[in-house]
Amino acid sequence: MIDFLSQPWPWYVAGPLIGLTVPVLLLLGGKQFGISDNLRTMCAILPTKVSFFQIDWRANAWNLTISAGILIGAFLATLFLANPDPIALSSATQADLALLGVTEFNGYAPEQFFSWEGLLSLNGFILIVVGGFLVGFGARYAGGCTSGHAISGLADLQPASLIAVLGFFAGGLLVTHLLLPILL
Amino acid sequence: MKIRQLLPYLLVGIAFGIVAAKSEIISWYRIQEMFRFQAFHMYGIIGSAVLVAAVSVRIIKSRGVRTLSGEPIVIPPKDLSAPGTRYWLGGTLFGVGWALTGACPGPMFALAGTGMTVILVAVAAALAGTYTYGVLRPRLPH
Repeated sequence: MIDFLSQPWPWYVAGPLIGLTVPVLLLLGGKQFGISDNLRTMCAILPTKVSFFQIDWRANAWNLTISAGILIGAFLATLFLANPDPIALSSATQADLALLGVTEFNGYAPEQFFSWEGLLSLNGFILIVVGGFLVGFGARYAGGCTSGHAISGLADLQPASLIAVLGFFAGGLLVTHLLLPILL
Repeated sequence: MKIRQLLPYLLVGIAFGIVAAKSEIISWYRIQEMFRFQAFHMYGIIGSAVLVAAVSVRIIKSRGVRTLSGEPIVIPPKDLSAPGTRYWLGGTLFGVGWALTGACPGPMFALAGTGMTVILVAVAAALAGTYTYGVLRPRLPH
């Protein structure tokens, strides 16, 4: 059983489980799944006069709790169910990334960028800091992230979410096919 | 909310964190694979997640299902008044960040849990991004 669980989980197991998060949260307390709300909630905890952050962060404590849970869950998965093999990435992606100088596929992200040493390089700084900034800025500007728009919003057939998700992909394609070949 | 009321949400988060780590959706490599259309994995996950969520939401709405404590479930529609700039422009900026960092807000917390501590810098940067949005909000087209 543990052997089976420690393999990477296929999409048809993971996808439906993630989808169930939406009804479970609705049934638990009429809550809508959307993790980037947390970033706003955390800003609201800061002593700030910005009107956008004048919200009762305690009312969003459930959302912060989910984030803490996600961290704990991934910790447990790493501790007890770690996959010993490198990621089974498609050979086409491996070849494409090799052209960008990424040839090791251990862990979840290339260590040459996603490590404390990598952070000190220009590339690592852009991937982590500029990327992180845009994730936070863009998610709030668009009113949601992948969980809020791509899962909750699309599941509720919201046109606004469809536009946002098309934007997510437009931005991602732009970076992957135009920016990364120059950057890395 | 009281601590006891928060426990179910902690469990939901833990379950999500385990699935996110085990399905590798938190991987920068998998995000690259997705944006290069070189594997079905991420599309299968997002697609089946949306399908399961959509069917659930449909049942909840059509049957008038209530929360466990008996309150009606209301899903407020997302405001799409013209021109809706925030969705395509904000969405595109988010997508740029998503492809660079290889992680969206949920996976960032998961990656921290796997021991990739440097991702906390990305979380801090995301907080700075959110704060900057809050400051600039009155001047941005929505």
